[in-house]
Amino acid sequence: MSASTLFQHDAKAAAANLPRRSFVRTALAGYMVKRKAAQDYFQDWQSARQAASEIKYEGVNHLDRYLEEFTRNAEARGTKVFWASNSEQARAYILELCRQKGVQSIVKSKTMTSEEIHLNEALEKEGYRVVESDLGEFIMQLRHETPYHFVLPCMHLQRDEISATFEKTLKSAPTRDPEELTAIARRFMRQEFCRADLGISGANFLVAETGMISITENEGNARLTTALPKIHVALVGIEKVLPKLEDLALFLPMLSATGTAQTLTGYNSLYGGPGQLGETDGPEEFHVILLDNHRTRLLADPEQRDALHCIRCGACLNVCPIFKNVGGHTYGTTYQGPIGSVITPHLRGLQDWKHLSGASSLCGACTETCPVKIDLHHHLLQNRRNAVAARPVWWEKLLFRGFSFVMRSPALYRLAGRLAPLGFALRRPVRNTPLDPLRPWTATREFPAPPPRTFQEIWKERARTQPTP
Amino acid sequence: MKVSLFIPCFVDQLFPQAAVSMVEVLERLGHQVDYPQGQTCCGQPPFNSGYWDEARAVAERTLRVFRDAEVVVGGSGSCATMFKVFYPELFHHTPLEAEAKALAAKTYEFSEFLVHKLGVTDVGARFEGKVTFHDGCHGLRELKLKQEPRQLLRNVRGLELIEMGEAETCCGFGGAFAVKFPAISTAMDEVKCNSIAETGADYVVSNDSSCLMQITGYLQRHQRPVKGLHLAEILASR
Repeated sequence: MSASTLFQHDAKAAAANLPRRSFVRTALAGYMVKRKAAQDYFQDWQSARQAASEIKYEGVNHLDRYLEEFTRNAEARGTKVFWASNSEQARAYILELCRQKGVQSIVKSKTMTSEEIHLNEALEKEGYRVVESDLGEFIMQLRHETPYHFVLPCMHLQRDEISATFEKTLKSAPTRDPEELTAIARRFMRQEFCRADLGISGANFLVAETGMISITENEGNARLTTALPKIHVALVGIEKVLPKLEDLALFLPMLSATGTAQTLTGYNSLYGGPGQLGETDGPEEFHVILLDNHRTRLLADPEQRDALHCIRCGACLNVCPIFKNVGGHTYGTTYQGPIGSVITPHLRGLQDWKHLSGASSLCGACTETCPVKIDLHHHLLQNRRNAVAARPVWWEKLLFRGFSFVMRSPALYRLAGRLAPLGFALRRPVRNTPLDPLRPWTATREFPAPPPRTFQEIWKERARTQPTP
Repeated sequence: MKVSLFIPCFVDQLFPQAAVSMVEVLERLGHQVDYPQGQTCCGQPPFNSGYWDEARAVAERTLRVFRDAEVVVGGSGSCATMFKVFYPELFHHTPLEAEAKALAAKTYEFSEFLVHKLGVTDVGARFEGKVTFHDGCHGLRELKLKQEPRQLLRNVRGLELIEMGEAETCCGFGGAFAVKFPAISTAMDEVKCNSIAETGADYVVSNDSSCLMQITGYLQRHQRPVKGLHLAEILASR
């Protein structure tokens, strides 16, 4: 089944799941209220957006310079930096490292780039034990499911479902108490942290000026993932670079506000290299993998380059009426929602993923909410245009050629209008059958009855009866 | 002022009363209304589907139709957006770019025209009933019109304006999207209509008939008593 057919199928199923839709909508309504409060801590949110967008513009448009600066500064403190062009190279680097160091057990903190390169599957295939330490990711791992939302991986699950997952996989007693559920996961995870000899994380920002990575989290699991094992590997998309350390003063509270509706998340940590001489903690080795994986395709497109500004806060998902009604899994992508619909065609092929750009009413709620001012909904339009320019769909082309022909002739337009009632009459025998051309509309909605006269006819009549002076 | 009306194809064919009401309101305010002959569609359907060549062919004609107009007032937020925002993009780097920008500059959505160009917020209308206003996304986010229609509605005698929780949430129309992805579109419609129903309003009003077609299509299918009206229809009533 093609990705497009699967999307239609899953969207229909998700839209029919009323309790789930309602649960997700209620959760996101709560997010909106809290987010507003977090944003209000900014002196002027719109100016903050503008500033953030300008900083990201600088970083992305001078990626060559800032990535080299990052690398230089990171290497100066003993960090090993690897530039991975694609997912194969990134996976191969990590697998080779595991082999060399005799790694057996791996603990991970939340990293979408690892989802993007299907790292867990690759590691497990080679026999390594891999445990997700972010609570949401951990739950999804136990369920053998991909994250539902790239910031809030199991936001769609209710307590009972999480409890059932734990009962089945961890043999815990059923509970509806969130604290107890967390404690169950924590008891399991503590052993994993102690056992792991490799920790894998992502990063929210790369600071070029200091060669550090910045990780934003709430659970402290990333701190354990990066500090307890002997080796720490951070897998980071190249677009995460910020020029200066002081840029974090804006981006950390901004990411907290839009990502999780907090003024600041529980932990924001900077990692500047392996444990230095005389330091009592920190890993023995620290590797940063800079992942391209087709991000440079976006970079090469001046029209949509700003999509690389994305700080993966997930705000566009949280306001998207499509996301709220079809849910995250329907997208079939690592990055769901509007940003996913914009970038996936670039990362994974326009023709295979163009349907995501089509599956939007172009309402623009995403663009309005984006903290770094990505022109998301217009990029969806551009993806549609680019897909057609590269490979038009023959019947659509024919349809719009015909449409354009009729609309260029007022006489034909009037004739088409006059024939519409005839069309309605001819439709009667096939009404509500698969042959009914109006069925995609009328299966769920009434179509308005054509009025006795069009406005053009009314105007003509008026001109006849009330000649203009 | 001589006002040239731009009546989008589907308003002409399906919702002529909205256009008639616009004429009534504008004439009541003492303006001369002109309806340039030969207008059909703005080209938005092929444009939104990615068929920009076909859209441009239609739009070229439309540019000619409105070439001599002093001001153009559009009867739908979405189609006015096509003129104001997307024509300059569609004709970018073509010989008609300047003309597209000129049309964009002189085009107004109906409520925008009344409030910003004419400076009118009270058109002397009377309408008895509880009304909730639906923000069409193009009017709201592309043209930044939020208070304009509400200012006009608040000055209608007898009218009670009740805000719905999901006023700014898309109704799910989105042109071809509504028929290409009917399940998603209808789910969005359902959310919108539930929010409308929660207000207890008798009427849902919008400055975009395309949204109203989507919303009333769902309301009627589910036998909900709420009626849909274009903003102009309210403003025309006395």
